[in-house]
Amino acid sequence: MSGTPDYPFRNPTALEPPEEWASLREGCPVAPIRLASGDEALLLTRYDDVKQVLSDPRFTRHLDAANAARTTANASGGPFATRRSGMAASVGEGHQRWRRLVGRAFTAKRVAAMVPRMAAMSEQLIDAMVAQGPPADLVSGLGFPLPVWVICDLLGVPNGDRFRFAYWSDTLMNLSKYEQKEVDAAQAEFNEYFAAHIAAKQAQPGDDLISDLLALVEEDDLMTEAVVLGTGQSLLVAGHETTANMIGKMVAMLLADRRQWERLLADPSLVRSAVEETLRFDANPGFGMPRYITEEIEVGGTTLPPGTTVVCSMASANRDGQAFEDAGDMDVSRSPNAHLSFGAGPYSCVGQALARTELQTVLSVLLRRLPSLELAVPARELARREGLLVGGLQQVPVRW
Amino acid sequence: MRVAVDRDKCCGAGQCVMIAPEVFDQDEDDGIVLLLDDTPQARLYRAVREAASVCPAAAIQLSEPDVVQPGVG
Repeated sequence: MSGTPDYPFRNPTALEPPEEWASLREGCPVAPIRLASGDEALLLTRYDDVKQVLSDPRFTRHLDAANAARTTANASGGPFATRRSGMAASVGEGHQRWRRLVGRAFTAKRVAAMVPRMAAMSEQLIDAMVAQGPPADLVSGLGFPLPVWVICDLLGVPNGDRFRFAYWSDTLMNLSKYEQKEVDAAQAEFNEYFAAHIAAKQAQPGDDLISDLLALVEEDDLMTEAVVLGTGQSLLVAGHETTANMIGKMVAMLLADRRQWERLLADPSLVRSAVEETLRFDANPGFGMPRYITEEIEVGGTTLPPGTTVVCSMASANRDGQAFEDAGDMDVSRSPNAHLSFGAGPYSCVGQALARTELQTVLSVLLRRLPSLELAVPARELARREGLLVGGLQQVPVRW
Repeated sequence: MRVAVDRDKCCGAGQCVMIAPEVFDQDEDDGIVLLLDDTPQARLYRAVREAASVCPAAAIQLSEPDVVQPGVG
C-alpha cells in the first residue's frame, strides 16, 4: 500500500476539521490524495491556491476527460464526470451566456422579495416542531423542508413531490453510498419526471424559472429544451442538498458554543455576518471542488503537468491563517469575510444570494421564536451524513 | 473614494447589493452589477470596502487616495 492518503479525510467529530488540513496547509499545500475510485489527484488546502484555481478557467470542469481522476468508485466516475447533455451549455464558451440567462432568477432583489414567504414557511415548520414538543430534530423538522419548498417554488415544481427529490438528489450527490445501478435508475426516473414537468410548463406556462427559460428557447439558440432540463435538474439538486445541510450545521455550530447564540440574541443585526462565519467555519462541507487541466500550470510553487486533476478544499482554505485572523476561532461578527464556500470567479455558486437569504431568514426566525434553543445531545455526538459529496449532519436534536 | 465595476468579470453573486444597496444594483435581465453611485458618501465607505473585498469575481475596484486597502480577513 502506498503512502498516499485516502480522501475525503475523516473528521474527529462532525463539527471539527480533519487534522490533515492544518498540516497540509503548513507543509504540503499541493498534496497527492487517493480517491474512492483508486485514482490519484492533488489536494489544494491554502486560501491563495484555492482562490487562484477556482478563478482560472484553464482549470476546467471537464472531469469526464479520459485521464481525469474519477471521484467515486462507481463505473460512471461520479457526478462531476456525468456528462449531462443538457449541461454542456453551462461549461466552456457558452457558460457566461448560460449563467446570465439563469442568473437573473437569483439576483439579490428577486431573492429578497421571497423573504416574507421564506419566513412564513419557517414559522409554519417551527409551529409543527413546537406542537410536537421537545426534543426535535432540526434537520428533518426545518433544515430539509425549507430549502426544498423554496427551490420547488422557484422552479414551479409541486412541493408534494419533495420526498422523491430527496432520494434522487442523494443518489446524484453520491460518493460511495449507492451502487451504480441505483444511481442509474434514479437518474432515469428524475429525467422522466422533469421531462414531464417541462411538457406541462410548455402547455401552461407559469410564474417560475422553468417557464421563463422555456420562453427563451424560441429566441436564444443557447437555450434548448435539453438545456432547460439539465439546468432545472441541477438547480433542484443543488438548491436542495446544500442549503438543507447547511441549516443544520449552522444551528449546530452556533449552539455547540452557546455564547455565539447568545451574542445573536443580544444583537440580531449580527445575523448576516454570523451566516457568513458559519459558512466559513463549516468543517464538514463535503468533497470540495475538482478541476482538470490540459496544459502545464503552476500552483503554490508546484508545476502541474497536463492531465492533472486537482481538488480544491475550500473549507481548508477558509481556515488558512494567512487569509483570516484567528482563523481557527468562530467570530460571528467577522467582517469582511471573503470565505470560499461558494467558490470564486466565473463558476462561483449561481444560487449564493438565495442560499444566504434562506440561511439569514431561518436563523432570524429561530432566534425570535425559540430563543432558549439548545442542543439536546453533546456536540461531539452529532453524526455526519456519510458517503455523499455534500457534508451534513444526520440529525441535530434540539430542545427549548 | 471612487468606485468602478467590471461588468465582464461580474458573476452576479449579488453580495455587493446585499451589503451596499445604495451603491450597487443588479441588472434585472442578467444579474450583472450596475453601479448606482461611483463617488459614494463617506458613511458608505465601510460597506463598499466590504463589498469589494468579498466579491467572488474581484469585479469591484476602489481608488482611495491616501488610504491603504485593507486585506482579506
